Amino acid sequence: MTLTEKVLARAAGKASVQAGDNVWVNADVLMTHDVCGPGTIGVFKREFGANAKVWNPDGVVIIPDHYIFTADSLSNRNVDILREFARDQGLKYFYDVIDDPNGTWKFDAAKGSFARQFGARYAGVCHAALPEKGHTRPGEVLFGTDSHTCMAGAFNQFATGIGNTDAGFVMGTGKLLLKVPETMRFRLEGRLQPGVMAKDVILHVIGEIGFDGATYRAMQFDGPGVAGLSMDDRMTIANMAIEAGGKNGIFPFDARTAEYVEARTRLNGTRQAYEPVEADADQKCCYERVVDLDKLEPLVACHPDPGQRKTAKELGGMKLDRAYVGSCTGGKASDFVEFARVVRGRKVAIDTFGVPATPTIVRELQTTWWGDQTIWQILQDAGVRLTENAGCAACLGGPVDTFGRMNEAGLKCISATNRNFPGRMGSKESEVYLASPATVAASALAGKVTDPREYLS
Amino acid sequence: MQSVFTGAVYVVRDNIDTDQIIPAQFLNLVPTIAEEYERLGSHALCGLPDALYPTRYVAEGQLDSTFPIIVAGRNFGCGSSREHAPIALGSAGCGVVLAESFARIFFRNCIATGELYPCELTARLCEELKTGDEVTVDLDAATVTVKASGRVVPLKPLGDVRPVIDAGGLFDYARESGMIDQPAATA
Ligand code: SF4
Repeated sequence: MTLTEKVLARAAGKASVQAGDNVWVNADVLMTHDVCGPGTIGVFKREFGANAKVWNPDGVVIIPDHYIFTADSLSNRNVDILREFARDQGLKYFYDVIDDPNGTWKFDAAKGSFARQFGARYAGVCHAALPEKGHTRPGEVLFGTDSHTCMAGAFNQFATGIGNTDAGFVMGTGKLLLKVPETMRFRLEGRLQPGVMAKDVILHVIGEIGFDGATYRAMQFDGPGVAGLSMDDRMTIANMAIEAGGKNGIFPFDARTAEYVEARTRLNGTRQAYEPVEADADQKCCYERVVDLDKLEPLVACHPDPGQRKTAKELGGMKLDRAYVGSCTGGKASDFVEFARVVRGRKVAIDTFGVPATPTIVRELQTTWWGDQTIWQILQDAGVRLTENAGCAACLGGPVDTFGRMNEAGLKCISATNRNFPGRMGSKESEVYLASPATVAASALAGKVTDPREYLS
Repeated sequence: MQSVFTGAVYVVRDNIDTDQIIPAQFLNLVPTIAEEYERLGSHALCGLPDALYPTRYVAEGQLDSTFPIIVAGRNFGCGSSREHAPIALGSAGCGVVLAESFARIFFRNCIATGELYPCELTARLCEELKTGDEVTVDLDAATVTVKASGRVVPLKPLGDVRPVIDAGGLFDYARESGMIDQPAATA
C-alpha cells in the first residue's frame, strides 16, 4: 500500500484498502474557519438538531482567519457565530480573535491595518496554525472545510478539503465516506540550489502534469530529496497538491517530522501519541516521476491558472505593479527570511505587501536578529508594507477593505500565494503571477519579473 | 425527482474556478440562512470576466437566472472547497451542469448538497453551443439533445451519485438508506 492507502486503511479499521475502494473513514480532527464554519454549523444543527453535540469536542478545531480585519459587518458576525457555537459545545480548540468569550468582534478601521488588533488566542491562517498549535500528527486523518487542508500532508497524514455538508456530517458522526484515491508518486532527488525554493518544486510538478493532472488522486512526495527539505518546505509543496486537482499530498515520516510534531504537541498540550505510516515496497502507483531538485530553476505560474509555468528568466522584464508575500503557502517564517535575504539593504520599486500567516510568525520575525536589525526591520527598511494582523488577507481578495487587495482593474501582481484564477486577489480584471518568496522579492526590487539569483551572487 | 431538463444554456469554457462561480467577497453570506442563500444565487458566476462573458448568468438586480443548464469545458469548479459554489448555482435556478470534466471537491459538493446534477459530456459542446441555445437533458437516457440541430450527445452515466442527488443530498440519502439513524431535527 501507498502512504495514503495505509492511513485510510487504518482509519477505516481494515487490514488493507486499494485505490477505488469506497470506505467509511474515522476522522481524527475536523477543522473549520470563519468562511465555511457558520454554514457547517448551520448544516449540523439542521440535520442533527439544535441541541445536538459534536462527535468529539476535542476533535473539532475552529480557526477564524479569512475575513477578520475588515469592517464588513457580516464577516464580523460570522466570527461571533463561531464563538457562540464553541461556547455551547465546550470546544477546547477555538482560536478566537478576541479574548472575551462573551464578547463580539468588531474590527476598528480607525486603528489602521498595520498594528495588531487581535487577542491572545488568535492563531492566524488555519493551515499554518494547525501544525503550530499541535493539531497535525503522523498517521492521522484531518478533514477541513478548506481546499488547502492538504498542506498537513507534510506531516505524514491524510488531509483533505471538504464542503460544508460533508463537514456537518463529520461534525455529527466523526466519519466520512471516501473513495481511496490512486497515488501519483514524485520521487525527489538531490538538493535545492540557492535561490530555488520549495515553491519552485510544486510549480514545476504542476507545470509537468497540468493543473488538473492529479484530479481525484493522491500526490506522494518521497525519495532521498525529502531529507533536505524543512517542514516549512514540505508544507509548501503539500499545500499546492490541490492546485493540480489532487485530493491530498503526502510525505513520508522522518526525524524532522517527529521533532516538529513532538515539540508543538508538548508546547500546546495537544495529544502527543501518534503512529506514522510507511509505504510498502510493493506499493502500486498510477504514475511515477523523478524530480531532480538540483536542476530546478526559479519559476513563475502566469495568469490565469497555476499550471502556466515559465522560468523567471524567460519572463524577465515583464513589468509588474505590485508584489505580495503571505498566505499559508508563502507566509511562513522561512518565507520571510528568504525574502529578507534578497531585499536586505535594498529598496522595493513597486507596492509590496507582506502578511505573515500567524501571530507566532510575526513574533519570530520581530525577535530574530540579522546583524543589528530584526527580519521585520529589514523588510520594513526595504519598503515592504508589513502588517501584524496575520491572516488570509488579500490571498483570496475578500471584502473590499482587505489589506493588500487589488481593487483596481489592470494591475499585475507577483505573489507568493497559491492561486491566480481571474479575480483571485480582487478585481476580476487584475492578474496574479505565482512565484517563490525569493522570486517575489527580486521582482519587487526590479519592478519586473526577476530571477532571484541576480541578487544573491 | 426531475429527470428531464429543457431550456436555454449558459456556455463557459475551461477551468472555471470557484472564485469565478462565486467571488470571495460574497463568502460572508452563510448558505444555511434562507435570505443569504437567495442572495448567493444573485451573484452566481458574476466573477467571469466581462470581456469574455458579456451576458451575465444572472441579470443585474435579479435573484434567479434564465439559464437552467450550464455547459462548460474541462475542470469546472476547480479551486477552493467552498460549498457556496454549487449552492449559488442551485439557488440561481441551475439544475444541471454539463462539463467535459469536473474538479473533485466541486463535484462532491454538488452531490452532498443535492443542489444540481454534475454530468460529464462526451463531446466538447462548449465550442458548438452559444449562450441562449436550447437543449434537453434526459438523465435517465443519459443524453443531451440540441434543439436547433437535433444532435444527440451521450452523457457519462451518473452512476452511484444519482440516487444521492435524487434524494436531496447526503443527509437525506444517508437516512433513506439507513447509513445514519439520527432523526432530522423537527422544525
Ligand atoms: S491564506 Fe489563502 S490559500 Fe491559505 S487558507 Fe487563507 S485564503 Fe486559503
